[in-house]
Amino acid sequence: MLEKSVEITVDELRHLVSDRALEGETMLLNMGPQHPSTHGVLRLLLELDDERVVTCVPDIGFLHTGIEKSMETKAYEKALVMTDRMDYLNNLGNNLCYCLAVEKLVDLDVPERAMAIRVLLVELQRIASHLVFLATHGLDTGAMSIFLYCFREREVILDIFEMCSGARMMTSFFRPGGLWRDVPDGFEETVRSFIESFPKRIKMYEDLLTKNPIYTHRTKGIGAISSEEALKWGLTGPPLRATGLAWDLRKSNPYSGYDRYDFDIPVGVNGDTYDRYTVRIGEMRQSLRIVEQVLDTLPGGPVRSNNRKFVPPPRSELGHSMEAVIHHFKLWTEGFSAPKGSVFVAVESPRGELGCYLEGDGGPKPYRVHFRTPSFATLQTLPMLCKDHLVADIVAIISSLDPVLGDSDR
Amino acid sequence: MTIVENAVAKLQRELGESVLSVEEFRGQTSVTLDREAIVTACQLLRDDPELDFNFLAALTAVDYWPSEPRFKIVYELYSLANKEFIGLRAQLSNESPEISTIESIYPNANWHEREVFDMFGVTFKDHSDQRRIIMPYDWEGHPLRKDYPLGYEEVQFTFNFDEIDKRKPYAKK
Repeated sequence: MLEKSVEITVDELRHLVSDRALEGETMLLNMGPQHPSTHGVLRLLLELDDERVVTCVPDIGFLHTGIEKSMETKAYEKALVMTDRMDYLNNLGNNLCYCLAVEKLVDLDVPERAMAIRVLLVELQRIASHLVFLATHGLDTGAMSIFLYCFREREVILDIFEMCSGARMMTSFFRPGGLWRDVPDGFEETVRSFIESFPKRIKMYEDLLTKNPIYTHRTKGIGAISSEEALKWGLTGPPLRATGLAWDLRKSNPYSGYDRYDFDIPVGVNGDTYDRYTVRIGEMRQSLRIVEQVLDTLPGGPVRSNNRKFVPPPRSELGHSMEAVIHHFKLWTEGFSAPKGSVFVAVESPRGELGCYLEGDGGPKPYRVHFRTPSFATLQTLPMLCKDHLVADIVAIISSLDPVLGDSDR
Repeated sequence: MTIVENAVAKLQRELGESVLSVEEFRGQTSVTLDREAIVTACQLLRDDPELDFNFLAALTAVDYWPSEPRFKIVYELYSLANKEFIGLRAQLSNESPEISTIESIYPNANWHEREVFDMFGVTFKDHSDQRRIIMPYDWEGHPLRKDYPLGYEEVQFTFNFDEIDKRKPYAKK
């Protein structure tokens, strides 16, 4: 079954570097995978002319965990747990993408309240993810203090997640057909106090970086890309919007009730590292606006679909309804079956377009799950962005793309 | 006539026999094409000013082993102007799992096709850099194929201890 072992010759790799490298005029340098500024395990092969980058060859796959393969062997609801582990800064966003795909495949309804809470939590997750971006981006460009401030605020958001789901990061809170359970008492007050305090914090981050000459010198005009190039190379999310193109899937193809909330799409002008930073700062403000609107208009009612063929019955029914016991048993042993067919769902993750291709074969396990992850797509543009920049700029560019290697390697 | 219906009609008009089937499922349209026609179809969908499918949103594959045709290559295109997705599909047999690359139309297909090559062993004709991308370069086999085992370690009990011990890869004297 397995083919014979493959040997790679130097000739096959020759096209990766310029001819000058073969004559020894330029230097080949390995960066990563264990480099603190490659945000995980990204390896780059750099060809350098003095300190200028001639070519840069990204090498990914060090964090490959076979998530797509493993999901094929689990029932639909159990496979959800794997999605938390892909993009570990956007766990709820991954849950949402997968749940939307399953719901579309089996044609399952989601109650209004569940949709609103999903939007609220995903927007909080976006802020948390952008805070990690800001923290590490600051650190990579030489600003130490912002790292500590950002992680302090992120902790507040993770506490909110812990309050809802019991876990800070690996939440698995969204389930096909709604949520695992309703949000607890005191949830609204906690979120409101966060909304109240956070605008001051954003202002503080901006005071630290936006006009800081050390920071602007390191980021303005670094790693610029045009809208056409960015789109051609599959760049989405904040890096694409930094080029001035206002494409956001939350606006263009609204899902989970995003069309009910009023928010703007922050865009940049030059598509450089600095614009990617300002876009993300703007997005944090917009996310706060959405969170506030959701809280103001939060509808009541159930948080799980009433379709017992797909969603387990509430605990209270198990004591007196035989039918509930049967459904409960069926769902937790075999799981629900999805029809033959395939769907593709795309959502806006903090890093860009997160797509889920899901195919069912009539059985209780997904026949094929594929995640089109934004980090995978953005890392592909790295050679273009890094060209002719200094080695020190690569660090700023990588962090401005905000890749998560768990997301790109799956 | 919606944009997607328009696109399907144009594909059928331009490619004729090469459009094998059109499927609609849960409001999403996917067009199955002959593998020879994939580049022409992408070109048509991208360059037609009315359709303007200018973004390759996803590219992946599905393995139907042991049935034939074994592989299905999945393309999801998006039009920023019309805010619509359309799916293209191409089926490949087990004997010749090969299809032309669409790199010349959507450059970002480069890595996605490398991933499909890595995971399924489908080769892309005229691809500029066909190497493995996720698995190590000397890896044997293609993990997402259905005949590739998931892999786990067998549990050793008293009755089968020696039998499994013989197969263990760790160093023995």
